[in-house]
Amino acid sequence: MANFAKPKGPQFAVEVYSNEHLPEGGREVNAIVTVTSTGGGTTGGGTTGGLAPATASTDSGGPDAGGPDAGGPDAAVAIMVDCSGSMDYPPTKMRGARDATAAAIDALRDGVRFAVIAGTHVAKEIYPGDGRLAVADDRTRAAARHALRRLAAGGGTAIGTWLRLADRLLNSADAPEAAVRHGILLTDGRNEHEAPEELQAALDSCAGRYTCDARGVGTDWEVKEVTGIASALLGSADIVADPAGLAADFTHLMETAMGKEIADVALRLWTPLGAEIKYVKQVAPTVEDLTGRRTPVGPRAGDYPTGSWGDESRDYHVCVEVPDAGIGQEMLAARVSLVIDRGDGTVQNLSHGLVRAVWTDDLAASTAINPQVAHYTGQAELAQVIQQGLDARKSGDTDGATAKLGRAVQLAAGSGNADTARLLAKVVDVVDAATGTVRLKAKVEDADEMTLETRSTKTVRVTHAKNVQHAQDT
Amino acid sequence: MSQMHQVAPGSPRPTCPGCAEPLESGDLFCGACGYELSAAPAQQDEHPTVAIGPGGVPPAPADTPVEWPQAREVDSSDVPAPVHLPSDLAGTDSGGAELPAAARPSSSDASAAAMPGTEHSVPPVPDAPPVADVPGVPGVPGVPGVPPMPEVPPAPAPVQPVQPVPPAQPPQPAQAPSGPAVAGNGLDDFDEPSTPSRPTPDPRTATPTPTPPAGLKLCVACRAGRVDRDGYCERCGHAQPRERDHMEQELDAVAAASDRGLRHHRNEDAFAVSATALPDGSPAVVAVVCDGVSSATRPDEASVAAARAANESLLAALPREVHPQQAMHDAIIAASEAVNSLAAQGGPATPHDPQQNAPACTIVASVVAGGLLVVGWVGDSRAYWVPADRSVPAARLTEDDSWAAQMVAAGLMNEAEAYADERAHAITGWLGADAYELEPHTASFKPDRPGVVVVCTDGLWNYAEGVEEMAAAVPFDATQRPLHSAQVLVGHALDGGGHDNVTVAVLPFPVASQGAGSA
Repeated sequence: MANFAKPKGPQFAVEVYSNEHLPEGGREVNAIVTVTSTGGGTTGGGTTGGLAPATASTDSGGPDAGGPDAGGPDAAVAIMVDCSGSMDYPPTKMRGARDATAAAIDALRDGVRFAVIAGTHVAKEIYPGDGRLAVADDRTRAAARHALRRLAAGGGTAIGTWLRLADRLLNSADAPEAAVRHGILLTDGRNEHEAPEELQAALDSCAGRYTCDARGVGTDWEVKEVTGIASALLGSADIVADPAGLAADFTHLMETAMGKEIADVALRLWTPLGAEIKYVKQVAPTVEDLTGRRTPVGPRAGDYPTGSWGDESRDYHVCVEVPDAGIGQEMLAARVSLVIDRGDGTVQNLSHGLVRAVWTDDLAASTAINPQVAHYTGQAELAQVIQQGLDARKSGDTDGATAKLGRAVQLAAGSGNADTARLLAKVVDVVDAATGTVRLKAKVEDADEMTLETRSTKTVRVTHAKNVQHAQDT
Repeated sequence: MSQMHQVAPGSPRPTCPGCAEPLESGDLFCGACGYELSAAPAQQDEHPTVAIGPGGVPPAPADTPVEWPQAREVDSSDVPAPVHLPSDLAGTDSGGAELPAAARPSSSDASAAAMPGTEHSVPPVPDAPPVADVPGVPGVPGVPGVPPMPEVPPAPAPVQPVQPVPPAQPPQPAQAPSGPAVAGNGLDDFDEPSTPSRPTPDPRTATPTPTPPAGLKLCVACRAGRVDRDGYCERCGHAQPRERDHMEQELDAVAAASDRGLRHHRNEDAFAVSATALPDGSPAVVAVVCDGVSSATRPDEASVAAARAANESLLAALPREVHPQQAMHDAIIAASEAVNSLAAQGGPATPHDPQQNAPACTIVASVVAGGLLVVGWVGDSRAYWVPADRSVPAARLTEDDSWAAQMVAAGLMNEAEAYADERAHAITGWLGADAYELEPHTASFKPDRPGVVVVCTDGLWNYAEGVEEMAAAVPFDATQRPLHSAQVLVGHALDGGGHDNVTVAVLPFPVASQGAGSA
């Protein structure tokens, strides 16, 4: 499946911030790779360089895919709406879902292929039907809105079937080869009418074929299912506790999807002989471990999927263990590239950066931790301790939950992650944020706990003040 | 690579044979009693960053008076060379203005205490700058021809908190160079302590030829991978040698060599050598050596800019009847401006490293022209005079701009105290936009016999700090084979451990007859 779509494709810039100075015998190199994609119409990436900047930028320069509309890239979108029986309890959920889908349809750009799927224990095409995709214009949008009246609650929940239908539609002949393929999935309950293995199999078969945002409405759904879908399909996950908020959320989701300009971008890592990649994580805007998603390409290189990109910036944490070399030696620990498959077996290199390792006997250099690396190491730990703390809380381990959530409060406060700190404060009473002293709240709203869990992986970027503070250490 | 801060040597200092006052290696005279030390046996704890440990007291200097070369009575144009007191010459300072005497209240006291002995008529006799506008520093006795340290009392050392450097590979005292780079030279007799053989041989001493530029097909590390466009092996990832890792240049009358060393990942030293002619057609030879300050940003660019600017300034001035010492002063100013402009240009913005220092480097330069030997410097790079006749003592021509040297010169500390301080090797003068005040030091000499000027960074003198050690490291045929000598000296530093970048230029005096006289 191909790739770029816009006449003037986005430009990618790669910046590397790393702990490149290793002490004698040191082997672990940590680097934060900031990838910034800027629209084809603008030049440059606003890159500012950095402590160890390895910046490059390449215009992806794709051929004109000839979209019929005002310059947007080709795209195909499928909206999957939960129509299980529980959507009528309360009935505002079904109403909210209908309104939200209508809002999303309104946000479709002219020329975008789209379909609406009603999901129960089976998947059903609501619009346009017959295994086809509609092309968005005023007429089809109106027809689709009209068809939404057929969205009615009744039946079970088998999300895997929805995902497979969306896959068939999005990858049908109606969708241009180069289209950005995206799904929006809404559910209100647990995936009760198929085995977890079936959902996993569906995710495995859909992964890489389209991206998908997942939303849970109400509080009766399973956080790990929704976040699992979004994670596997490289989309976002969130909670919409109040159905009234769905329309605004869907509009935002669709606008974001319409902003995607290039699909199937992979993060390619080359490492030298004898080096081992310990992990690769997306760390901003959310924490997403990509380590297990490596696809080997050629000697000592592998691709990690990143999905589709619009005007945005993401950070990745790459940890490489390199063979030891002597003081004064320098080597390339990793070469980071952004690549897209041209569809003919070759790839286009969008941009690349270098992660170096330099062995030094200068303790000041080898013990200094790059602020970016330190920051995201903390953010990854924050996501982890929130998850662990909530798991402990559910299993009745009060002490464990208090300790983990206390650490989370400390990390959130210390790193300036105000959103997460606010969510934490709804689950625990904060006695002292600096030391991480907290008490579990006796009564916690389900929505608050689920919101915290769903959003635990959200990170904030490193702040300037933190840099200054850090530098005084050296 | 200079560092503005280094670990203090914890080692006991040698003491004066006359009064047991602790000494700094390389000193010409005892700081307390004025005992002449120049002819003393070389000291062995020459490396400043290693703690040799108790008991490692080097042998005391021998009781041999200095035999200084006598100045000639006439200069190259048969004009009688007036003899000046050392105080007439000293150094020149930034701006070309004389320092007010009040600016150095204790200078005479301190300098006299540090290096008395001006009553010895010690050549090389400083040659009077015949141009009146060469600023001199009044009333400062000191080593003849070597300007005293200018700042008294010293400003708080411009150093950052010192990070301990692990003695992972203790530098070795002077050791017979080995390998093809030095094979066949006559260095077997120089004063060397017995040291354990180095555990890690240096591959580069085996290949003294200039390192091939990057872009070769095969990686030099694994010999199997190809080299990518970024200069790394596509297989094992090792960085490939860069152009500056090892540099050599040879003219008829001067040569220089520079090497990355064994412990640094890049070479931040730079040099420039060139030849021109004075207005009378006699040859003038220039060598400039600069050492980038590694605690500043872009030290490699700073050193190149300074060396280039100083060289160009000298080449422009010398044929125009500017006195060589004045030309030297101007060249250092020009080099300083070149380095300062780097800071203005700015590099890639680095918002994650707000503690950036402006690019900075040291400089030491020498001009051999018209029977004169002129040196100029800022920082801790040095110049040595090594006569061809080794029965005549060699001399250090420069005085470091270092914290310890200043403290001693100011009389605030004795050498033992000063060098026990962790700031001892912090440099107190450098070229760069963040230098407090530029103090170019210049001096002229009129050697009475042939020899060579060794112009070098601390990457060399760390392994031959004492004058005798340096002289012993210089091959006997240095006046005939300056490039070979420079290679040998680089090899000497590498054999000693190569902890720093090493750069050395060798200028024969007088200018070789077949030299660039008419160039």
